[in-house]
Amino acid sequence: MGGDSKFLGLWYVAPYIIGLLLFTAFPFAASFLLSFTDYNLLSAPEWVGLENYEKLFTRDRTFKKSLTVTLTYVFTTVPLKLIFALFIAVVLNYRLKGINFFRTAYYVPSILGGSIAIAVLWRYIFADTGLMNMIIALFGGEPVNWFGEPANALFTITLLRIWQFGSAMVIFLAALQSVDKSLYEAAAIDGAGPWHTFKSITLPLITPVIFFNLIMQTVQAFQEFNGPYIITEGGPLKSTYLLSLYIYDEAFKSFDMGNASAIAWVLFVIIMSLTLVAFWSSKKWVYYAGDKRS
Amino acid sequence: MSISSQNTQDLTANTTEASLTERRRRRRERISVSLRYCLLIIFGLIMIYPLVWLIGASFKSNNEIFSSPWFWPKEPTTQGYVDGWKTSTPYTFGHFFLNSMKIAIPKVIGTAISSTLVAYGFARFEFPGKKVLFAILIATLLLPDVVTRIPQYLLFRELGWLDTYLPLFVPQWFAWEAFFVFMLVQFLRAIPREMEEASRVDGANSLQTLIFIVVPILAPALVSVCLFQFMWTMNDFLGPLIYISTVENYPVSLALKLSIDATEAFNWNQILAMTVLALTPSLVVFFMAQKSFIEGISTGGVKG
Repeated sequence: MGGDSKFLGLWYVAPYIIGLLLFTAFPFAASFLLSFTDYNLLSAPEWVGLENYEKLFTRDRTFKKSLTVTLTYVFTTVPLKLIFALFIAVVLNYRLKGINFFRTAYYVPSILGGSIAIAVLWRYIFADTGLMNMIIALFGGEPVNWFGEPANALFTITLLRIWQFGSAMVIFLAALQSVDKSLYEAAAIDGAGPWHTFKSITLPLITPVIFFNLIMQTVQAFQEFNGPYIITEGGPLKSTYLLSLYIYDEAFKSFDMGNASAIAWVLFVIIMSLTLVAFWSSKKWVYYAGDKRS
Repeated sequence: MSISSQNTQDLTANTTEASLTERRRRRRERISVSLRYCLLIIFGLIMIYPLVWLIGASFKSNNEIFSSPWFWPKEPTTQGYVDGWKTSTPYTFGHFFLNSMKIAIPKVIGTAISSTLVAYGFARFEFPGKKVLFAILIATLLLPDVVTRIPQYLLFRELGWLDTYLPLFVPQWFAWEAFFVFMLVQFLRAIPREMEEASRVDGANSLQTLIFIVVPILAPALVSVCLFQFMWTMNDFLGPLIYISTVENYPVSLALKLSIDATEAFNWNQILAMTVLALTPSLVVFFMAQKSFIEGISTGGVKG
């Protein structure tokens, strides 16, 4: 605004600059440096070069296991969650009475889902004598050992996250509702069936939100902590021991800050590379209305 | 003459065909609608049943919980709540709720004030380095916390803040959560500036304009900032787990974890009852303001 000094705006954003330096930039740089040290809080950090990384990739079996589990978890949870969210959004995107009611009902789990209380609930639902096995028994099935079998254990955590598809669904729904209706009419006149219309009109038009949801959900899934920590405690046989749990244990149980930072940086590099790949590839598949490229 | 009758015939043929396709279209629509309702109701029940069961089971006796998957308690009892409230520690659950509030209140207020100032700065002023700074803000939206967590811990340890609530809310006083700033900037950009300019012409300075003109307009967005931050704080587990070590200072999330460790296998109804209570504040807040929530999500996009 007119007569203001050109530095006035800086005063308003000053809190952000201070916070950014203190609580983001400094820790970010420090954790990078720490990952090249041996530091147990008792004595000063000792520079060890690449030793932490070398150990992770050559000798550390737990790391290898944990990395595999993390990748399996992310690459199953994110697609399943997004497909389910999109499916429900498409079903909801119609002139239905009570659409708001359903939208709210589906959204409740994602509001509560991050809560530790829900993780506790999950533990009781999938316990040997829990709700799930009681329902299975009702239909005459054999009880399933949800937490004893490595394959099942990770699946229960995946289910917990799919259950929270609500926020992704709401974003999909908003995008679906903003698709120009005349395009559908034109498609109907051309005799296109519902599947064809969805594939060639709806899907391309909502690629920006697919992209957005994909990135947000992936970044989040890589950092999953509460679920495995409370529900399965990383077990059995480390089958749910995600990297975030490993980092927590190394840092705050073993107080091996150097090694924990190295693992955190490996995780960070994985997340960043996947995000960059997504951004790079988005030029090929994300369609922005009014963009000349497409 | 013959030509015109030919035309009329064509026309009637066309209209009957049109009404036929119209009828077919309506039938297809009716099938589509009922199919959609069926799917929505089935999935809705599956989604909501765990929560319904949780509430029902919290009023059952321990024996009854294991006897049937049906949620309705045959002999309702509040024993779970009575025993659970006492906890296995010297403190009641009310104490832990109070602790959660001691984190949530300063955190929510700090977030609201600092995010408003910063968003105002970004949305209404030009200053050197603004573009770079805003790009950094967007980038930090994607920065995983995991990479900053350890040095943050070391920093707060140096400051002697371990086992206090300070590490859990002081960063938020510095608009540390970029998401909220971003959301408010988006909101501000959509508001015309005439009122603000008029108030400046009348001699108000920029801060007065912010407080008396911008904040009232911003109120709905600020409400969703506060609600989100409140619920995320109630849900936060890892933060307290890292920083809070004495039971006396535990917030609800840690107290709940403690109670499953202490009463495992025996007293399900106690745990389920406390789980219900732990979820109550978030549920109440959500139902009070669900509209602004869902709108906030669909416009800003949110983690969750």
